[in-house]
Amino acid sequence: MTNGEWTPRIVAFFCNWCTYTAADLAGVSRLKYAANVRIIRVMCSGRVDPQFILEAFAKGADGVLIGGCHPNDCHYSEGNYKMLRRFQLLRRMLPEMGIENDRLRLEWISAAEGEKVKWAINDMVEKVQALGSLGMPGRFQDWDQEMKSLEQKMTTPEEKEVAYAH
Amino acid sequence: MDNNNEIRIGFYICHCGSNIAGMVDVADVAQYVEKLPGVALSRHYKYMCSDPGQELIQQDIKDHKLNRVVVASCSPLLHEHTFRQATEKGGLNPFFFHMVNIREHDSWVHTDRQAATEKAKALASAAIQRVAYHKPLEMKKVPIHPDVLVVGGGIAGIHAALTLANAGKKVYLVERDPTIGGHMARFDKTFPTLDCAACILTPKMSAVGSNPNITLWSYSEVAEVKGYVGNYKVTVRRKPRYVHEDLCVGCQECIKACVYKEPKFPDEFNEGLGKRKPIYIPFPQATPQVVLIDPETCLQLKLGKCKQTCVAACADRQAIDFHQKEELKQIDVGTIILATGFKTFDAKRLAAYGYGVHQNVYTALEVERLVNASGPTGGEVVLRDGQKPKAIGIIHCVGSRDEKTNRWCSRVCCMYSLKLAHLLKEHSDPATEIYNFYIDMRTPGKGYDEFYDKLLDEGVHFIRGRVGEVTDWAFTPEEEGKLVMRVEDTLAGYVRRIPVDMVVLATGLEPHTDAQAVRRMFNMSCGSEGFFLERHPKLAPVSTFTDGVFIAGCCQGPKDIPDTVAQAGAAAAEAMALIDKKYIEQEPNTAFVDETDCSGCKSCVPLCPYSAISFVEDKKKAVINEALCKGCGTCVAACPSGSIHQNLFEDEEIFKEIEGVLAYD
Ligand SMILES: Cc1cc2nc3c(=O)[nH]c(=O)nc-3n(C[C@H](O)[C@H](O)[C@H](O)COP(=O)(O)OP(=O)(O)OC[C@H]3O[C@@H](n4cnc5c(N)ncnc54)[C@H](O)[C@@H]3O)c2cc1C
Ligand code: FES
Repeated sequence: MTNGEWTPRIVAFFCNWCTYTAADLAGVSRLKYAANVRIIRVMCSGRVDPQFILEAFAKGADGVLIGGCHPNDCHYSEGNYKMLRRFQLLRRMLPEMGIENDRLRLEWISAAEGEKVKWAINDMVEKVQALGSLGMPGRFQDWDQEMKSLEQKMTTPEEKEVAYAH
Repeated sequence: MDNNNEIRIGFYICHCGSNIAGMVDVADVAQYVEKLPGVALSRHYKYMCSDPGQELIQQDIKDHKLNRVVVASCSPLLHEHTFRQATEKGGLNPFFFHMVNIREHDSWVHTDRQAATEKAKALASAAIQRVAYHKPLEMKKVPIHPDVLVVGGGIAGIHAALTLANAGKKVYLVERDPTIGGHMARFDKTFPTLDCAACILTPKMSAVGSNPNITLWSYSEVAEVKGYVGNYKVTVRRKPRYVHEDLCVGCQECIKACVYKEPKFPDEFNEGLGKRKPIYIPFPQATPQVVLIDPETCLQLKLGKCKQTCVAACADRQAIDFHQKEELKQIDVGTIILATGFKTFDAKRLAAYGYGVHQNVYTALEVERLVNASGPTGGEVVLRDGQKPKAIGIIHCVGSRDEKTNRWCSRVCCMYSLKLAHLLKEHSDPATEIYNFYIDMRTPGKGYDEFYDKLLDEGVHFIRGRVGEVTDWAFTPEEEGKLVMRVEDTLAGYVRRIPVDMVVLATGLEPHTDAQAVRRMFNMSCGSEGFFLERHPKLAPVSTFTDGVFIAGCCQGPKDIPDTVAQAGAAAAEAMALIDKKYIEQEPNTAFVDETDCSGCKSCVPLCPYSAISFVEDKKKAVINEALCKGCGTCVAACPSGSIHQNLFEDEEIFKEIEGVLAYD
């Protein structure tokens, strides 16, 4: 949070060969973009396990950005296609969990596209800013509370069983 | 590691002069990190990559019993190696180190000091959490096959091949055209010294032809590349010349004997300004000295009907073979140098200059042939209409420095325009007027500005302004029958119309149309303009992101011959450094299967692009061949039981990073 105003926190997974290098290039070119994105380096976008994405949301990310090489350009031939498939599956699941589609984004950014890093980050920050905080850690706390208070009300094991069956 | 396995992390944040400290409050970050669990010591220092910076780490490891090191500075792609070494020198396994990128990814791209400092804290805390999970690892050693493939036989490829061959390395030189030489072979003279291009190039060409260490395959292309650094398996497609290279002695009797008494077909080497026969040799010094037959124009190959006078002339040498087929050759090499050069901008794309419409509009390459003593006119400047020009206009920057075509400066056009102005003057009537139309004169280089001064003294006219149009629409009697160049003279401040007899377009340098296909074949990247991308613009200018693949010459970007040769030498040296070391060290980021958890579901097996994963039937477990694994981690992410791990990118390590970047707000 900067100057009291809420700004989103975004976790990014960038592949070493294209997008991470592009982000380096953006730096060397002194392009300026929003400071909300924290980049984690993986060798290939194919390494990004859906669990990483869910974990990021669960731990308080308001958005997750994945960057890989353009189709056909993956340093390991096709890791980016594997990522694309997982991304598409996740996009169907996430709204069910109350996570809007704009919070997960996949971008193909080649090593030469420093400008695209800037654009993708700024554009994503703007969209997630508009959505507001996701607040999963808070929601987990609420749910835990809810569960606990339910449990407290219930005394017999039979009661618990009936409650959980719903 | 220390007894009782206590984690003791040393954290260092670099000021990088003011590069980082100017935007990130380094003292504040150091203070914040000091309080994080596991951190034994936290410092900020002016230049961590300097010797004292590295020694600081080494000393601290000893004095403070550190067992993990984190440095927050520039990109790991730049200095990870440096700090791993420092960690190792301090007595730790080099992989007990992690690097945080707070320059390229933070201080250089943000403008709000508070936000940048917070981001640095978040990134640092991720590294601190992650590094605790690091394991000791060893670099992977891959042996290097000593042979080298050089693709493209312009001056870059020639120089690289000769340098390697002279050092005793075996080289395959693959050239697409029937002869090596590239663009330089077409020039008459070279700027700024005006030494004759053929005189300096042809000795090198014949040295390639006769060097026992070089296998020259001209008229050939790379069809497939498999493998990885040290062990590339390459398939080369040799197009049929319809002449056996080993039997042809280059006597050219066949060309004389061809049923076409006179050359009839446009000659590629002379940019179509001259003519050749269906059986031909591109130019007298072509290397290899072997003729070839063009199947599009040869009567025998096209119609199956000809007296075959060439075969009779070849007599018992029997070099001509109308049934020759394309051949595929397999070779093993350890390193590859790409020197595929450039193509010139297609002048037809700028309709206002009338190339292809007005016959006396020429491209610079055509003029190189016109002023060449061995060219189609024997070096006389005679126009397509048979006239000798009395006034010539040279337009600079055609297809360069223009939003509508190419944005980049082609670097050599100002200089070759000056050269052509000089040569045109030399090869025409002394009274011939020559005008150069330029945007800015770009003459950086040894002896280059002096060359410009010389031209100013030679009475060549210089007009500053981009020519708007070349037209044959005359306004005045003097303009009748001329090409009129309309230009805003930005120094004089008015629009001028200058009638000339000949227009020369200084077309810029572009990537080849197949550059994207070529780079894919070699698993490289291209910059946004389409030239091959170097690993680092300053520190690794001839390396690529693919280990063992190097680039040299104009395929990397426009440049002159001196720079091309320098790069070719550098690429050869880089290849030799690998070969002579005999092995290359690679990141130990390979994946492995934990057999206890593997359920034998086989879902990983088809995922691997390198077929590194196999299934052991009797154990019902997957195994990964470490030598084949390149470390992408795709199988790790896909394993449903979580039994595949990746060194350096373990699940826990990444989970901790996620937690870390989000811990700070
Ligand atoms: C009109 C003009 C005049 C110039 N005059 C000068 C001058 O006076 N002085 C100077 O210093 N510089 C001059 N230059 C620049 C000079 O041409 C370049 O610096 C030089 O030619 C670069 O050499 P290269 O080997 O990189 O590329 P090239 O000369 O383009 O050679 C590349 C070679 O690779 C081959 N090739 C391409 N693709 C493949 C493939 N896929 N497989 C196999 N082979 C392939 C090509 O057939 C070619 O033989 C001039 C340029 C132009 C356009
Ligand atoms: S290496 Fe970039 S997506 Fe695979």
